[in-house]
Amino acid sequence: MSKKKKEEEYYRPKKKHLSGWDKAFYTGNFIFMLAFVVITLYPILNTLAISFNDGIDAVRGGIHLWPRVFSIKNYQTVLGIQGFRTGAIITVLRTVIGTLTSLVANALLAFIVSRKRFLFKSQLSAFWVITMYVNGGLIPTFILFKYLHLTGSFWVYVIPGMVSAFNVLVMRTYMQGIPDSLEESAQLDGAGYMTVFIKIISPLCKPVYATVALFVAVYQWNAWFDAMIYNRLNDKYTTLQYELMKLLNSVMQQSGSAADAAATQGQAVSPQSVRSAATIITIVPIVCLYPFLQRYFVTGLTIGGVKE
Amino acid sequence: MADEKKKKKREKEASITPKITMKEIKRQKTLLIWSAVFFVYGVVFCYLPLGGWLMAFQKYKPKTGILHSKFVGLDKFRTLFSDPQFFRVFRNTLAMGTLNLITTFIMAILFAILLNEIRGNLMKKTVQTISYLPHFLSWIIVTGILHDALSSSGSVNELLISLGFIDTYIPFFSIEKYFWPIVAFANCWKETGWNAIVYLAAITSIDPSLYEAASIDGGGRWAKIKYITLPSIRPTIMILLLINIGNVINAGFEIQYLLGNSLIVEVSETIDIYVLRWGISQMDYSLGTAAGIFKSLISIVLIFTGNSLAKAFGEERLF
Repeated sequence: MSKKKKEEEYYRPKKKHLSGWDKAFYTGNFIFMLAFVVITLYPILNTLAISFNDGIDAVRGGIHLWPRVFSIKNYQTVLGIQGFRTGAIITVLRTVIGTLTSLVANALLAFIVSRKRFLFKSQLSAFWVITMYVNGGLIPTFILFKYLHLTGSFWVYVIPGMVSAFNVLVMRTYMQGIPDSLEESAQLDGAGYMTVFIKIISPLCKPVYATVALFVAVYQWNAWFDAMIYNRLNDKYTTLQYELMKLLNSVMQQSGSAADAAATQGQAVSPQSVRSAATIITIVPIVCLYPFLQRYFVTGLTIGGVKE
Repeated sequence: MADEKKKKKREKEASITPKITMKEIKRQKTLLIWSAVFFVYGVVFCYLPLGGWLMAFQKYKPKTGILHSKFVGLDKFRTLFSDPQFFRVFRNTLAMGTLNLITTFIMAILFAILLNEIRGNLMKKTVQTISYLPHFLSWIIVTGILHDALSSSGSVNELLISLGFIDTYIPFFSIEKYFWPIVAFANCWKETGWNAIVYLAAITSIDPSLYEAASIDGGGRWAKIKYITLPSIRPTIMILLLINIGNVINAGFEIQYLLGNSLIVEVSETIDIYVLRWGISQMDYSLGTAAGIFKSLISIVLIFTGNSLAKAFGEERLF
């Protein structure tokens, strides 16, 4: 270990002897990264500041990273919108239920197609890979869901998207890396395939399960299009992002929204400030979670992206 | 090289798969039952909608249904191709898709290479963690942020005015020439850090002795990037390019749908919005489906073209 370190020391260019060009490069690179971070974070921090600012005051503009007239009215208004409360519940439900069911389904399918002895493994794989490239499109899907009575229900968020070929491929690649001897020895002890799946393969696949769960959870949390298409007339099954979209539209058109109604009733809010508050509410869970899951999605992406 | 490896692997796998015998079927009963479940599920949710493509050749009426609607041959496609609007949305889709593909690719590779050059692990880690964040935000949020930043009193106009570049604010969302660059920028903002993950992983797996050898030979930073880093990540770049080339035609729905308005509809509308407008809002299911089919065909053509181009240039390919 220490020898290796010594070698590294030997080969590493000594920090003190930076040439002029190197200095210029490092400075330039630092400025580039700084600009990158500012461009990434500023809009989000700005939204945060506006969300805590008095709405009428915010219309004047000129708020940057800190609220000028502090107020929590925006948040009170958002939480007072019935649709937003329903949307929050539905979004949490679909994220939890959708992620769990999707994880089980994808893992089971990946398990099946990764068994070397499985009779139809290449046929079943091809059957699903095709779905990655060809799909019926919006309208046939819409009509099908109507026939199946999935429109106007909560399950349209969960059932149709349960299996994703891409996620199955990621999991399959990971499972193929697990030595067969584990499965064989378990089977010698009389374990069936289900036991092998639950007790032997799954515990070893925790990292890739976490990756896929993260992908699905983010998709579910951010979904709005299905709510708009399949549950347009059904306020019961609205989602957070769909409510956010309605707020966004009201900002763009500046008319006839819940926020405007609240504003004319003398509350100190504006569509923009209400939307900012709603945005922050939907961002917070993501911002709190994703830094801790980093290593999982990094592994997941490299498995799925590089090796395919 | 890679082909040989794949071939060998395939042969090996083929030799292991046993013949279909009663004994084997009995042994794999659980697997077979579950795979049947997945097969049925796949047929219903992925393949049945393909049957809906029949609608494009019919004068579909919801009352009569797919089975009893009147067939009209290629009439709907004729209507589609004689619609100047359709060519407009087709052009918009391809233009924005290509622009997005090129800009996000260059940004991700540039970012990965530059991030790799940063000294100090803490700073590297921090910048990288921050760079992922926008990927997790929905397009709704990104559009909202863009709208705030580019509005008449938004930070971009404010900055430009205070720097003296312009005298009065620019109405970014009402001028056609700004729309495509705005969409490309939004895509870069959202995905640069995320797309860079794969390149960074590829860069870190490069053998450090290559760089050491280059240093000894007097190779500078630029030479190392040009002769070691870029060639090493070329297979990754190619494979990702191939995967994404088929997506050029999918290049946009959400941001265009959310930001588009009547002033810039000529440049903002994409095929997906066209399908939505005709299919769901105007209830002309057949025309919407025909447009959808056209899109799928282009997508398949793009994937195969990309694949055979890669083959011609001796690169790694998808299938």
